[in-house]
Amino acid sequence: MTTLLEAKNISRSFGGLKALNACDLEVEKGSITGLIGPNGSGKTTLFNVITGYVRPDTGTVTFNGEDVTGAEPDKIFAKGIGRTFQLTRIFGRMTVLENMLVATQHDEGWLRSMTRSKSSTADVDNAMEWLDFVGIARLAHLQAGSLSYGQRKLLELAYVLVASPDVILLDEPAGGVNLTLINQIADKIRTLNAQGKTFLIVEHNMEFVMNLCTTVTVMNQGCHLVSGHPTAVRANPLVLDAYLGGGDDEELEEVARG
Amino acid sequence: MLQKKNLWWLVAVAAFAAFPLLITNPTYTSIGFFTLIYMACASSWNMFSGYSGYIALGSAVFYGTGAYAMSLISIHANMAPGAAMFWLVPVGGVVAMLIALPFGWIALRVRRHTFVVITIAVFFIFQLGASNFSFTGGTSGLALPFITWDASYYFVPFYFVALGIVIFIAILSAAVRRSRFGLQLLAIRDDEDRALGLGVKVTSVKIVGFTLSAFTVGMCGALYAMEQGQIYPQFVFTPVFDVSIALMTFLGGLGTLTGPLLGALILESSQQWLTISFSNGSLYLILFGALFLIVILFMPQGIVVYVRDRVNKKADLARVASAATSPGSDAVLSGSTPS
Repeated sequence: MTTLLEAKNISRSFGGLKALNACDLEVEKGSITGLIGPNGSGKTTLFNVITGYVRPDTGTVTFNGEDVTGAEPDKIFAKGIGRTFQLTRIFGRMTVLENMLVATQHDEGWLRSMTRSKSSTADVDNAMEWLDFVGIARLAHLQAGSLSYGQRKLLELAYVLVASPDVILLDEPAGGVNLTLINQIADKIRTLNAQGKTFLIVEHNMEFVMNLCTTVTVMNQGCHLVSGHPTAVRANPLVLDAYLGGGDDEELEEVARG
Repeated sequence: MLQKKNLWWLVAVAAFAAFPLLITNPTYTSIGFFTLIYMACASSWNMFSGYSGYIALGSAVFYGTGAYAMSLISIHANMAPGAAMFWLVPVGGVVAMLIALPFGWIALRVRRHTFVVITIAVFFIFQLGASNFSFTGGTSGLALPFITWDASYYFVPFYFVALGIVIFIAILSAAVRRSRFGLQLLAIRDDEDRALGLGVKVTSVKIVGFTLSAFTVGMCGALYAMEQGQIYPQFVFTPVFDVSIALMTFLGGLGTLTGPLLGALILESSQQWLTISFSNGSLYLILFGALFLIVILFMPQGIVVYVRDRVNKKADLARVASAATSPGSDAVLSGSTPS
């Protein structure tokens, strides 16, 4: 297996807070990599650095052997890195289909891109196929703002897929979603993965991560902690410490003593 | 249905074209002329600010620039007063675009509220400049080649050129709305960062939209200068213009095609009519205040959206209901994988 996406030695501070501290991450081509860690461990910041929303203070992001550090989000997306947000972000006052068409990519000159019709038959057909894939094709002409939370999650997944990115970063795809839908989202991810798509998933639902992911990376306090197979990671004492607050043992004992 | 809609547009254009021929009183032709000017400007403003959600309050910069371009060129080229000066109207539009490009490049680096403030600041820089530079004639303004058409039909040629500009901007707005470019402007309105992350080159889209919307406003400014024969900085660079076209668009319906046209038609024609009929320059302000209160209270999205929602509500409700009652509406994840 080859490394598709690599973040090396990434640091980023917000004021006095070191959100990322020399963090490393590797995503193998064709894998479903889980990224877990306690709240505030820097997972979303790392996502933001990879997708160009946040510029790192130090470090490099490499995608397909190409240095993409600090590139603008639109360029990152055009290169083939798609992402969803923790709190779903859709275009509420546009129809579901129009949402899909925004994400459709065309490699062309600026004049052509300005004068192109928003809904060519090919673009609409492609968008409808992906809406059908996630199961919301019949909602295509509704205002996206009227969708339920679960439907929004599906739309967000669909419009990232419409541009056929090589790697898809999902920020809490199972957050706030009912169990049936969680399982079905997992199925969709497996289907896409079988077709060669690579996934990097931030998620707090451990069952979801352990069942789905081929590799799991754990972060703590802005650093890479361990990586490996889900079962190995689960048993790792460092991970248990990070989640259960091992560093605070003495303090806890003091509290216990009263 | 689409054909019926197009028919209505044709009827509207025919009615506007017939107006100065049927009602030949120059007082009413002049009201018609100013109404068309504001319809074009509001529509053009809406094409950027309404679609993208970036409320610009500095469009008078383009209006004034167009007016000064018309004046300076016609004066310095020693043009013979008359219809040939109409050729300078699109030139005024182009000059406005040349100003809009650096203006947009600076102002669009910031988001939303800061953008509004920057546009106001740039506007005042232009107003001050026009009042103080010697080439603009300072506060005494500029006198254009004097057109000596008979008062009985003086406004008619201006009226038809203004009507042509309104048709132009209506078609342009509709074309933008149907284009991928327009879709990207709407995406920026709803969530700019998300649009950026989906490959939309937001900065260039915003700058192009801003610049494009300056063209029509510049043309209107040039036409206004030609019609007046004399321009003053405080009348072409006026904050009232900035606020008026924004309010007209809000009244009619922000981001809609017909909204700004309807809003300007209602407000500008009634303002002109009230001012003339009651020879009282501020009576209209009281009535406008009342009108806006009604609009904000009962139809905050504007007249067009309010009426459209009323008409569509039943159809939409039926559609939502059928979508919601179809089995497993939230969680049905069937379907084939597209390759």
